[in-house]
Amino acid sequence: MTTTLTVRDLTKTYRTGEVEVHALRGANLDLYEGELVVMLGPSGSGKSTLLNIIGGLDTATSGTVRFRDHQLTGADESELTRFRRDHVGFVFQFYNLIPSLTAEENVALVTEIAKRPLDPAAALGIVGLSERVNHFPAQLSGGEQQRVAIARAIAKQPELLLCDEPTGALDSETGILVLEAIDQVNRELGTTTAVITHNTVISSMADRVFHIADGSIAKIEENAERRSPAEMAW
Amino acid sequence: MMRAINRKVLRDLWHLRGQVIAIGMVVAAGIAALIMSLSTLEALDETTAAYYERYRFGDVFAWVKRAPDSVEKRIASIPGVRTVQTRVSQYATLDIVGFAEPVMGRFVSLPAGRQPILNQLALRSGRLPEGGADDEVVLNEPFAEAHDLANGDEIVAVINGHRRELRIVGTALSPEFVYALGPGALMPDDMRFGILWMGHTALAAAYDLKGAFNNVSLVLERNTNRAQVIQQLDRVLERYGGVGAIARKDQLSNWFVMNEMEQLKTMSKILPTIFLVIAAFLTNMIMARLVATERGQIGLMKAFGYSNYEVGLHYARFVIGIVLVGSVIGIAAGTWLGRMNTQMYADLFRFPLLLYRPSTSAIAIAVSVSLVSALLGSAGAVRQATRLPPAQAMQPPAPAAFRRMRLWDTQAARWLDQGSRIIVRNILRSPMRSALTTLGVAASVGLLVLAMQWNDALNYLGQSYFFHAQHQDATIGLAEPQSETILHDFEHLPGVLAVEPMRIVGADLSVGPLRHRGSLTGLKEDAWLQPIFDDASAKVVPVRPNGLVLGTVLADKLGVSIGDQVWLDVLEGRRPQISMPVVGLIETYIAMPAFVHIDALNRLLKERPSVEYVNLLIDRRDEAAFYAKLKELPMVSAVMLRQAAIDSFYGTIVEHIMVFITLFSSLACALGFGVAYNSARIALSERGRELATLRVLGFSRGEISYILLGEIGLLIAVALPLGCLLGRGLSELMATAFNTELFRVPMMIEPSTYGLSVIVALAATLLSALVVRHRLDHLDLIEVLKTRE
Repeated sequence: MTTTLTVRDLTKTYRTGEVEVHALRGANLDLYEGELVVMLGPSGSGKSTLLNIIGGLDTATSGTVRFRDHQLTGADESELTRFRRDHVGFVFQFYNLIPSLTAEENVALVTEIAKRPLDPAAALGIVGLSERVNHFPAQLSGGEQQRVAIARAIAKQPELLLCDEPTGALDSETGILVLEAIDQVNRELGTTTAVITHNTVISSMADRVFHIADGSIAKIEENAERRSPAEMAW
Repeated sequence: MMRAINRKVLRDLWHLRGQVIAIGMVVAAGIAALIMSLSTLEALDETTAAYYERYRFGDVFAWVKRAPDSVEKRIASIPGVRTVQTRVSQYATLDIVGFAEPVMGRFVSLPAGRQPILNQLALRSGRLPEGGADDEVVLNEPFAEAHDLANGDEIVAVINGHRRELRIVGTALSPEFVYALGPGALMPDDMRFGILWMGHTALAAAYDLKGAFNNVSLVLERNTNRAQVIQQLDRVLERYGGVGAIARKDQLSNWFVMNEMEQLKTMSKILPTIFLVIAAFLTNMIMARLVATERGQIGLMKAFGYSNYEVGLHYARFVIGIVLVGSVIGIAAGTWLGRMNTQMYADLFRFPLLLYRPSTSAIAIAVSVSLVSALLGSAGAVRQATRLPPAQAMQPPAPAAFRRMRLWDTQAARWLDQGSRIIVRNILRSPMRSALTTLGVAASVGLLVLAMQWNDALNYLGQSYFFHAQHQDATIGLAEPQSETILHDFEHLPGVLAVEPMRIVGADLSVGPLRHRGSLTGLKEDAWLQPIFDDASAKVVPVRPNGLVLGTVLADKLGVSIGDQVWLDVLEGRRPQISMPVVGLIETYIAMPAFVHIDALNRLLKERPSVEYVNLLIDRRDEAAFYAKLKELPMVSAVMLRQAAIDSFYGTIVEHIMVFITLFSSLACALGFGVAYNSARIALSERGRELATLRVLGFSRGEISYILLGEIGLLIAVALPLGCLLGRGLSELMATAFNTELFRVPMMIEPSTYGLSVIVALAATLLSALVVRHRLDHLDLIEVLKTRE
């Protein structure tokens, strides 16, 4: 199995207001080509910080992150921008769609700067939103918005798909639809995918499950068999 | 197909249209002020030049008592003279049916049946007088209109003591009388002063000037030394009673026109600059805040892999879009206001033609200044947002560091309810932003004060000039200096309560190389009807038996103070030359006077005690009888009525300054509204979540409105007095810049002006508060709490 991403001894300390927070205290992990991992942990365990640093959205205090032949730690602003642009797709808990752009335009915003993008309409087709391409975010349900966000993330055909609590703001039925979309992308496009959640049920769709606690990986589980999201319930 | 990111620009602009228009108004106000002023200036400059050129306005003008026609050849032979136009011109009283007060007319001769070579007429109706006709006249158009006189009507003039009936055959305008000022008048008064053009032969015969002339105009070759020509002309005319030739720049009408332009230039430099700078500052400030609220979206774009440069470019487009909206409004408004303003001047000056086009340089300057300031303002905010790692930029900003201060333990603080505490803490948390909002509103109040104090200043100037420095009802100008005994004749006219003599002679005042062509005013030591009035002390200054009392502006021009000697070249009578000490200085708002004792002046001229002007105090009840008698007096060449001068002064103010005030006040209102609305609107988007949370916790709409609008209200409460101070400072700056030889603007702001400025600014803010309140009332609680956009 080829290793796509390597994280070693990662630490992150930051200040919010007057409080100093040790978000990561020496995290280590490897992501393999094409696998789907779920990062499980309670809030404040450092999982979002970990994902942000892996995705080049934030910088580490110490330690190393390596994506293929790119050294992310120590990379400068423009190298990180390049990395995000060419290799990573993000899905956020609160969708973060641009309210002034339609579904298709939100996807186009990313495909226009990507190297080998899918057609925005095709990307929306993958997540089952062919009918809603010309709707504005305000005209879409939460689940639909999140699926647009997934379409936006995969439209550039990233090597790494990072999802931060993608179902956090959704009811279970809608959440499952969204997870199915992520599962489908991982299977059909072979995109290495990491999904953050604090919902243990979701971990059964993963190849591997990372349990995160107190800023490091406490335990790694391997699922013998990946369950389809359709079989889940919470 | 348009790129999605560019669509985002357009959609964001549309989404924020309220704010875009409000900022656009701020930008537009600055741009409009500059375009209006510079376009008016350029248009008037070009129009005047074209008018002068087309109707061959003279370069040099001179009066003589009587010079034979043969002198014309000698004048023409002065090196540098291209064209000579000699003519007969005299002042006379007119009698117009149905108008009780005396009316002055200036007669100007025309060559038989044709246009003169110089100072041609722009004929507006009818025709020129025919060669042989001795009773045909052309009237200047404004005068004819003021009295409703039409071609074919008759008017009566007292020419050289004889009543003559004259028939109007045409109306005209002339570059020579753009500003048609009667003798001694400060403002044109078309009811009481008119120009009458008449055939040369008839006019020369009426004034015993057959084969002679008493007025000459010249056009010079290019690059001729004017001063030299004037000197030689003076030498030629001296023995014919020349009183000193003047260059075009000193010609009365042109001098006033140029002075007006000079004021306009000052106005165009100072006021729009202040406007543009303040608008630029406000744009900068608002843009910085607006872009700061986009922090999340900036983070998101970076998360997708957009570079800082691309994000910057995106917001630059957004800012350019806003400035573009403002520019379009500003250019349209500025062009329109400029045309209106120019038209107003053109009407005032009665230009027969008008060249107007919006000033391209003004547009270029105004738009680039606005654009640069807006871009700089947003660049700072974009840089700040892009400096954050995207993960952090997408988070809501960390709770701001609030600190409990000692202040909170004081007795006073305990009275504050929670809402008020939020207000005070918010202001103290971001003192810089609070200061900028305050400054923005203060700036618009300051501009309002600046615009409106003009009315006060000119009122004050009028008060001083017409009420403190003058007490006479009428000033009578005599055709020739007369013996003092004539004062008795005036005393016996019906209704005359008091009589005082005055003498004014043209003179060059010089100290070394510094020279001023002006006049000496001779007064009796106890002069009261038209005394020497010092505006600095607001007191009447006694006339000194020996020596000069100078206006400070003249003293500064000559570089003299009390005790220094001034060399006088009198330009009339025996043309005496003498040195005289300065014995007093006075402050005046108008002109550059030099006063002497009338006896000393007569001694200097080696003449018997004589007078040229008579100041009269008249019993109102006998006015009609007085006017009737006055019209019969042959030696009267000019009548100046104080009330008429006051009416025309204030009439002009109302017409002219009020337009100006209205224009700038409305621009200042636009600024005030723009700032207040944007501050409230941005505060709303920054704190929507906080306010919605409070609503969820059970705060009422009124209470959260109080928190948001109370903060703005508190800042504005500070801004108002600050704005008044700023307005005072700006007015002082303006007054200093406005010093011309014709008049100085007194520094005077009535309390009501401050009051009105504050009320107008409050109304503008209240309006914006209402708009924001409307939005607060429709805050979607669930949506705001759920997502963060």
